[in-house]
Amino acid sequence: MTFSVNHPILFVLAGVIIAVVLAQSVFFLIKAWRQGVALGMDRAKLRRIAVTAAVFTIAPALAIVISVITLAKDLGVALPWLRLSVVGSLSYETIAATNAESAMGLTFGQAPALTASQYVTIAAVMTISILVGIWLVPAVCRKLQSGMISLEKRDRKWADIFQASMFIGMIAAFVGYVFCDVSTVLEGSMVGLIPVAVMAVSALVMCLSGLLVAKTKVRWISDYALPVSLIIGMASAIPITNWLS
Amino acid sequence: MKKQAMTYMDRVHRWGLSWNMLVMVLLLAFPVAVALIFSALPDWRGFAFGLIATAPMYWAVGVIETFTYIPMLGAGGSYLSFVTGNISNLKLPCALNALEQAGVKANSDEGEVVSTIAIAVSSIVTTVIIILGVILLVPLSPVLNAPVLAPAFAQILPALFGGLGVVFVSRNWKIAVAPVSLMLILFIAVPALNAGTVGIMVPVSVLFTLAVSRILYKKGLL
Repeated sequence: MTFSVNHPILFVLAGVIIAVVLAQSVFFLIKAWRQGVALGMDRAKLRRIAVTAAVFTIAPALAIVISVITLAKDLGVALPWLRLSVVGSLSYETIAATNAESAMGLTFGQAPALTASQYVTIAAVMTISILVGIWLVPAVCRKLQSGMISLEKRDRKWADIFQASMFIGMIAAFVGYVFCDVSTVLEGSMVGLIPVAVMAVSALVMCLSGLLVAKTKVRWISDYALPVSLIIGMASAIPITNWLS
Repeated sequence: MKKQAMTYMDRVHRWGLSWNMLVMVLLLAFPVAVALIFSALPDWRGFAFGLIATAPMYWAVGVIETFTYIPMLGAGGSYLSFVTGNISNLKLPCALNALEQAGVKANSDEGEVVSTIAIAVSSIVTTVIIILGVILLVPLSPVLNAPVLAPAFAQILPALFGGLGVVFVSRNWKIAVAPVSLMLILFIAVPALNAGTVGIMVPVSVLFTLAVSRILYKKGLL
């Protein structure tokens, strides 16, 4: 069989794995939903949570499609489709593919039509490198969860602070990242301020949504505040980039 | 353990183990199947050097991410997120927003349910959109790759963490002051810290925040 990075059989193989992952998501959704109902949670509330999560996901998911297109130039569509649907992210997959290609004397983004051997090598490196979380979660999840529960029993207030601190720690790292290029201002370039301005717009939209909820008492506004702030923030990046570039 | 004695959480761990092992085997089977179908052995030298260049860093980050994210994602959310990926830029913010929206704590029974539903729905929507993107690749490519839209897709993280940050930082400003200040100083002053290394800085920031919070709590300031 003659190999090509877009051979139909590769789509079948990737499609089977993605179908299993999709089934896992549906399985957990159904089980969690039933558990929520069993706990006496309001079905309408659960539905709102699901709808908000779906709306919130659309823009980042489109960005992942762009990542598939980016990686497809070298690797064809099937492998990026698989890697970005299961476990991966653009930065991880690009680094893994670049390392594997350069180890074979190829240059990422300029590789000629890959041979089957090169393709298998790249796919193996990308897969083995990224698998840690999949097997480690089952190994440690129960213990970590038990630890959190016993912490809650020992000192409820500290457990709440502990949880909030984890969230804040994660958010603080990303806030820092947004400012990582501001020093370009010292060199006369305003490009480093683009992400800062976009973040400010998004934060402002979130604040305005909060004020609107407080004034109107319309609760659904808060349900969609984050997706709306995300979309408006992203949209604002277009004029802001034109302005500051 | 008898089925009747199993709690919901016991079952979540059992399901998670089964599904994650199944997915891991299938993922490993992909390159093996391609090799068998096309009668092609890997380039062993390229494989060894590619793996040495990639795996140690990914494995270290993977271990740190696992211990950092599980307490935030809950059990069901963790099993799903570590299979479907894009955790810090999609699944975790989605779960945080859902917990906030529902007004429940991450460690509560309700929090476990809410987090799992949000992450499962997000995973399903992402998978379906990528499938549609692959099917419609030819007509979609020029639209999604249009230069006019490029700045919008380049700024997803600032747009995401602007909205999310203002909610959590304003509610926990005493906890947030020190880590936000530290991260700002580090990211501005250290050129090596950028989009490629922000994932590594998340656990650093989390550990620092926990340490500062513990001190503030012991002093009665929280």
